[in-house]
Amino acid sequence: MSDAVMHGGVAESVLGPAPIYNDAVVKKFVIASIFWAIVAFLVGVWIATELTWPAANLGLSWINFGRLRPVHTSAAIFAFGGSALFGTSFFVVQRTCRARLWGGEALANFVFWGYQFFIVMAALSYVMGFSQSKEYAEPEWHIDLWLTVVWVCYLLIYVGTLIKRQEPHIYVANWFYLAFIVTVAMLHIVNNMALPISLYAAKSYSVYSGVQDALVQWWYGHNAVGFFLTAGFLGMMYYFIPKAAGRPVYSYRLSIVHFWTLIFLYIWAGPHHLHWTALPDWTQTLGMAFSIMLWMPSWGGMINGIMTLSGAWDKLRTDPGLRFSVTAVGFYGMSTFEGPVMSVRDVNALSHYTDWTIGHVHSGALGWVAFIVFGALYYLVPVLWHRQRLYSTKLVAWHYWIATLGIVLYIVSMWVAGIMQGLMWRAYDQYGFLQYSFVESVVAVHPFYVIRLLGGVFFLSGALIMVYNFYRTITSPTTEAPQAMRPAPIAAPAGAFGVAGE
Amino acid sequence: MIKHQFFEKNAVFLLVGTLLTVAIGGIVEIVPLFTIETTVEHVQGMRPYTPLEMAGRDIYVREGCYLCHSQQIRALRDEVERYGHYSIAAESMYDHPFQWGSKRIGPDLARVGGKYSNDWQYAHLKNPQELVPESLMPHYAFLADTPLRLDDIQERMRTLRAVGVPYSDEDIAQASADIAAQANPTADTADLLKRYPKAVEVSAENGQPSEMDALVAYLQMLGTLVNFADTNTERLQQ
Repeated sequence: MSDAVMHGGVAESVLGPAPIYNDAVVKKFVIASIFWAIVAFLVGVWIATELTWPAANLGLSWINFGRLRPVHTSAAIFAFGGSALFGTSFFVVQRTCRARLWGGEALANFVFWGYQFFIVMAALSYVMGFSQSKEYAEPEWHIDLWLTVVWVCYLLIYVGTLIKRQEPHIYVANWFYLAFIVTVAMLHIVNNMALPISLYAAKSYSVYSGVQDALVQWWYGHNAVGFFLTAGFLGMMYYFIPKAAGRPVYSYRLSIVHFWTLIFLYIWAGPHHLHWTALPDWTQTLGMAFSIMLWMPSWGGMINGIMTLSGAWDKLRTDPGLRFSVTAVGFYGMSTFEGPVMSVRDVNALSHYTDWTIGHVHSGALGWVAFIVFGALYYLVPVLWHRQRLYSTKLVAWHYWIATLGIVLYIVSMWVAGIMQGLMWRAYDQYGFLQYSFVESVVAVHPFYVIRLLGGVFFLSGALIMVYNFYRTITSPTTEAPQAMRPAPIAAPAGAFGVAGE
Repeated sequence: MIKHQFFEKNAVFLLVGTLLTVAIGGIVEIVPLFTIETTVEHVQGMRPYTPLEMAGRDIYVREGCYLCHSQQIRALRDEVERYGHYSIAAESMYDHPFQWGSKRIGPDLARVGGKYSNDWQYAHLKNPQELVPESLMPHYAFLADTPLRLDDIQERMRTLRAVGVPYSDEDIAQASADIAAQANPTADTADLLKRYPKAVEVSAENGQPSEMDALVAYLQMLGTLVNFADTNTERLQQ
């Protein structure tokens, strides 16, 4: 049975003309994602400057590091990553179900504008000084409620489209997208339970306190990584890599095992953010054990993604968009190995509170999330705007190498800085005294903060090249009629974006 | 494997199956923290924040101080030597939300209370580099120029009471008087200290309390409430 299913994404062209899909909303999300990518990277570069030269805070309350940092993380995760997830999930679910989005034009547009409104409201509220201070869940209660409404509509559209599908099976990419949508809803609602001080005030207090609040937050926080930044983007991987490579997913069985074990194990891993704290030991140990187990499904997924290229490895030379996707899976493998290592309590004793964590997060965020999005975008833009090819594959290659260099500078400098901080904080001199004052560790990491900033500038520059490339692609004259079928042979020559027809 | 069709062919089963699968871990880990009594230790000295400290804490939350400063001393030798007794769960039992943090761009603040003088705290918040030239901290001089908002203090205390902080009716009724007393070094604080032992007086420079006064009051009590001389490790075991 599996062949038809697993080829689902790839074999559309043989199933006859596609129904007319709602690609207008996908286009909007693609543009939003690109826009927010630049915002997220720009704010990231700015706050990295503030950490390198604090004078860059300019003494202005609203651009102080403490208020801008949530702008950076929300712009990267929810605005850039989120818009990419909405857009690609709508693209993928329609094609793998051969059904137009459920709920009609208006509902899809509501989800788009509603979500963008959420992002703008959240960012404005941070700089104006409203924050719940829960990492990655900073928006206050009224913005949380608004997001809940938008999210439920998103879930309805998604499930509605799955139900009215014309394919017998639900394709694997949709399992991951669905798990992302459902689990994020659960996490968002439970973690943001708060009581406002009045219906007319933005300020609220979390219903949880202290140790319970800490675990609820990191149950949320770690699974924002697990479901927003992993499961959703794995959905992207399971569609766009087979599509660009023109090959079916490597193993159907592995994707089933990957899916269920990943979603079951991830949710337990939160306590590894709270090692050696006032959280009871049993919870820490449980979190650590599951974090280590999580290594297996993560690598199972990585193998499934990378091995999909069997027989199509040559495409890495000719399709720089696919190169982004595959490198992303490589970074995914690397950071999902690093994560379980850092979750071991004795490693965590060194790494926690240091820049090692920041490096780890960015190897995931830049290497995995951003790269898998770039790969999908380089595939999507010519398809959505009905262009034969991108304006320039050479510029994609430039983007690839500049961005990769940026990531390497970023994560290596943060590894060095983080391990140095950890070692300096615990260093004893020959008389048994602590060897360094805290501020000495601040001074010691300064050169690495400069290198980190440079890495960020590289990454931003690469993204700007991408924007230019897309601008030229979209504004170039149409060379192809809308909805035309382009059956391309599997062994397509150079520049064969949209292999196997769209 | 054949049975996987069950999920693959029915979106609702897939949805429900997924939700059940992801619910388990959270339920097993989180629910016991509310039911196992030893999760939060029984220690002497913990009390709700004074109205001024509470307002200062809200400013700490608003400015995102937790992004650079942890408030959680881990049970590790070097941390205990650098910052003081490791943090215990009871110390953040009235913290809605918790402020343990996840990153130390600056030092831990769990026990910063009383470590520096009020004057040092004021000067440092206004211009950290004047006192610590290598510091990466932004300037918070604007807090000294912003009068503390007093009109919603009681609303805040009532909301905190609703989520479990044991403020009494008297505490709430006396909020304004307590703020006035704590923000004036010459005021009579007997009544304030009766209800909030160890509260530290701060100096309202311009006659009326500023946001900085509130923040300093909060910082100066951090980690000072529990008297660890009165307790022992056995009693702290969770």
